[in-house]
Amino acid sequence: MAGKGGRPGPPSGATTLVILATLIAAFSLVPLGYVAFMTLTTGWDTVMELVFRPRVGELLLNTILLVVVTLPLCLVLGVGGAWLVERTDLRGHRWWALALAAPLAIPAFVNSYAWASTIPSLAGLGAGTLIATLSYFPLIYIPVAATLGRLDPAIEQSAASLGLGPWAVFFRVVLPQLRIAMAGGSLLVALHLLSEYGAFAMIRFDTFTTAIMIQFQSTFNGAAGNMLASVLVLLCLLLLVSEAKIRGNARYSRVGSGAQGLAIRMRLGRHEIGAQSLLVAVLVLSVCVPLYSVVRWLIAGGIAIWDPTEFFPALAQTMGYGLTGALVTCVVAFPMAFLAVRHANWFSKLLELSNYITSSMPGIVVGLAFVTVAIRLVPGIYQSAYVLLAAYVLLFLPRALVNLRAGLSQAPRELEEAARSLGRSPAVAFFRVTLRLCAPAAAGGAALVFLAIVNELTATLLLAPNGTRTLATAFWAKSSEIDYAGAAPYALLMILISIPMTYVLFQQSKKAAGQ
Amino acid sequence: MTTEIPQAHKFYGLMPAVKFLRTSNLVKGFGSKEVLKGVDLALNEGGTTAIVGPSGSGKTTLLRLIAGFETPDAGTIELNNRMVAGDAWVPAHRREIGYVAQDGALFPHLTVAQNIGFGLDHAWNPVGRAANAKRVAELLDMVSLESAMGERRPHELSGGQQQRVALARALARKPKLMLLDEPFSALDAGLRVATRKAVADVLHAAEITTILVTHDQAEALSFADQVAVMRGGTLAQTGTPFSVYTRPADLDTAEFLGDAVMLDALLQGSLATCSLGGIPVRHATIQGRVRLMLRPEQIRITADGPIRGTVVDTVFFGPETTVRIKLLPVPGLDGGGEIITIRHWNASMARPGMELNLRVIGEGVAFAAE
Repeated sequence: MAGKGGRPGPPSGATTLVILATLIAAFSLVPLGYVAFMTLTTGWDTVMELVFRPRVGELLLNTILLVVVTLPLCLVLGVGGAWLVERTDLRGHRWWALALAAPLAIPAFVNSYAWASTIPSLAGLGAGTLIATLSYFPLIYIPVAATLGRLDPAIEQSAASLGLGPWAVFFRVVLPQLRIAMAGGSLLVALHLLSEYGAFAMIRFDTFTTAIMIQFQSTFNGAAGNMLASVLVLLCLLLLVSEAKIRGNARYSRVGSGAQGLAIRMRLGRHEIGAQSLLVAVLVLSVCVPLYSVVRWLIAGGIAIWDPTEFFPALAQTMGYGLTGALVTCVVAFPMAFLAVRHANWFSKLLELSNYITSSMPGIVVGLAFVTVAIRLVPGIYQSAYVLLAAYVLLFLPRALVNLRAGLSQAPRELEEAARSLGRSPAVAFFRVTLRLCAPAAAGGAALVFLAIVNELTATLLLAPNGTRTLATAFWAKSSEIDYAGAAPYALLMILISIPMTYVLFQQSKKAAGQ
Repeated sequence: MTTEIPQAHKFYGLMPAVKFLRTSNLVKGFGSKEVLKGVDLALNEGGTTAIVGPSGSGKTTLLRLIAGFETPDAGTIELNNRMVAGDAWVPAHRREIGYVAQDGALFPHLTVAQNIGFGLDHAWNPVGRAANAKRVAELLDMVSLESAMGERRPHELSGGQQQRVALARALARKPKLMLLDEPFSALDAGLRVATRKAVADVLHAAEITTILVTHDQAEALSFADQVAVMRGGTLAQTGTPFSVYTRPADLDTAEFLGDAVMLDALLQGSLATCSLGGIPVRHATIQGRVRLMLRPEQIRITADGPIRGTVVDTVFFGPETTVRIKLLPVPGLDGGGEIITIRHWNASMARPGMELNLRVIGEGVAFAAE
């Protein structure tokens, strides 16, 4: 029997893809590798000295308190809002469904600016919790609402037929089914809390991320900043592991799509007024206050703040980075998405995992890593657009990946084979069928990456070449100088650009939940 | 019966020497699992071959190897006097095959007409778009679809219509070999028979050599003029539908291809003695104690039948009724007196406890006793 080797056969495209995807995954491990390398080479005594000191304890306490207080508040707002919108006869529940996702359109640091410029005394943990809760509760609300809308009502009806009252049904049957959505949303909120810089710096609340930024600005690349980054990375890994534990094996399971619109809605009756008031309060605090503040500064600033020589270059550079970054991210994500859909095995899962972990790292760690690696290994590209684009790719790859995966699964291998049986070469079949079919999804992914880049602040501050002003960094420069009016146009534009992203995310989560 | 003589090879497996497709000792594994373990299949030009077997028997893998979607680990495939896999490699798009997948695999982003024309616009486009459109209209007509259908999208079609479009698309380039991978299995029962008949007629009219992969033995027997029974990665038996059904090579094949009545028998010469009396066995290779196979339709209930049995119970299916009958023991055979299941068209004929007379038509097949 002849072996496979040496026999004539088709060229294997899979090998090339595996090599590409491995290179990308290896590249995506640069930030983690950097942190590990720095920790190991610093020397144990120095590490102990830098990590176990009162300042770190204080930051740790601040950060943990922030998570411990904010997360339950976000869960209450997110799950409560989702339940009101999806499972009660709340008036205008369709409108509320979108309205509760709207706070996502206001970047956290813009929200913080709006509050701080309206109430200058806001500072510390209380202020941090307020702003973080209002900015991030939609991260829990969106997946929970999508899951609630999809749950098979037959399961709840069965529970009711077994003698459970409405509350018992909610706590014993509905809530457990929301576990995965709640865990996923909570992970996102916690990661945002750990990695947010602008929002907390604005109100002078110290977390690891703000402290690292201060260290970086004063000592550039000191051991102290690196050690803080190590602790921050450890915290992120801890979050990832706990979320994986909570999800358990449910992670890859898919519940069949339930019947649409058949969910039983509870009658609110006399509680309607209370529910509406609560939702209005949330909306006022999370959307109306920031909008009011931005508009107020716009009016106060008048025509003078629309300086075209500052505004248009910032817009142009932001567009440039956004479009290039979105395109590059999609191209880079493609090999991984293709392997995950067409050649799923432990290896493709490992590649995805490595990327998932990297993208969960705070922008400041990715920025810090790229600064150091660029200076040490390729000084020529330090402070060039390439480094910043590379950081964007790593930070936002999963957004493109998720979309490309969904798109590729719309283009099964059979269609490509059908094209080949119709006389098309593998390359032509791939372009005319597979690529064509996943183009809409790729465009959706690219749009999400684009919008994320537009609102990125931390890594951009660290890595942008001298003289670069994006909307986010221009906004930051102005508001750091307490030129609140001057920052307002940039805030407005970032909000306007984020509105479509929020809508896309909202629609996508519904689709992902099978609705 | 003289008109039957030119067709004789259909019944007795006498095939012409030149084969249109020949696979030799094909081996294919995925990971550690060996799916094909040496398959030798040959078929004539213009014929229709059904590869039938239970799921996991390797029949789809064999088809995909022939199509060129997979490479064999060992063995060769010759198509139309050309080596396409093994010592040479011809990719799928140069094999001049047509391929219809289980769900049709229509391109969702194209209309029906664009789907059918997908393979046309280079090799079959001598005079441009007009010729293309004409060919598409011809093909729609060939598969009995109205030309207005051309503007529709695949998701607007029924399952049967989708399969017809898939067939039209595969026919567009006038393939030398048509490969059908369970194309009817996703259709519901009534549609399946109608679509199968329509497809068979089109392929027959176009005189295209065809391979059908199916797990449905009735589909295989009715569709093809050659049936290859596949089991565990090898071909268990190849022959005409009539010969594999009436003279299966082994017990598993016998039971896979249809209901079988199995009885212990004593075979002496070409006569087997069992609870149903003396039954002729042709081509007997063994003697003595055997398992004798008959098809249920060979056993008839007739008033003058020589065998007697008692009705155990009956199940009514509408057009036919299955009747379980306990046979009387035969002296000298310890296995005698079995309960057999036969079919009868008249439900009122049999009531439990009733005694019936039976007659066996035709021959039995003898297998070695276990």
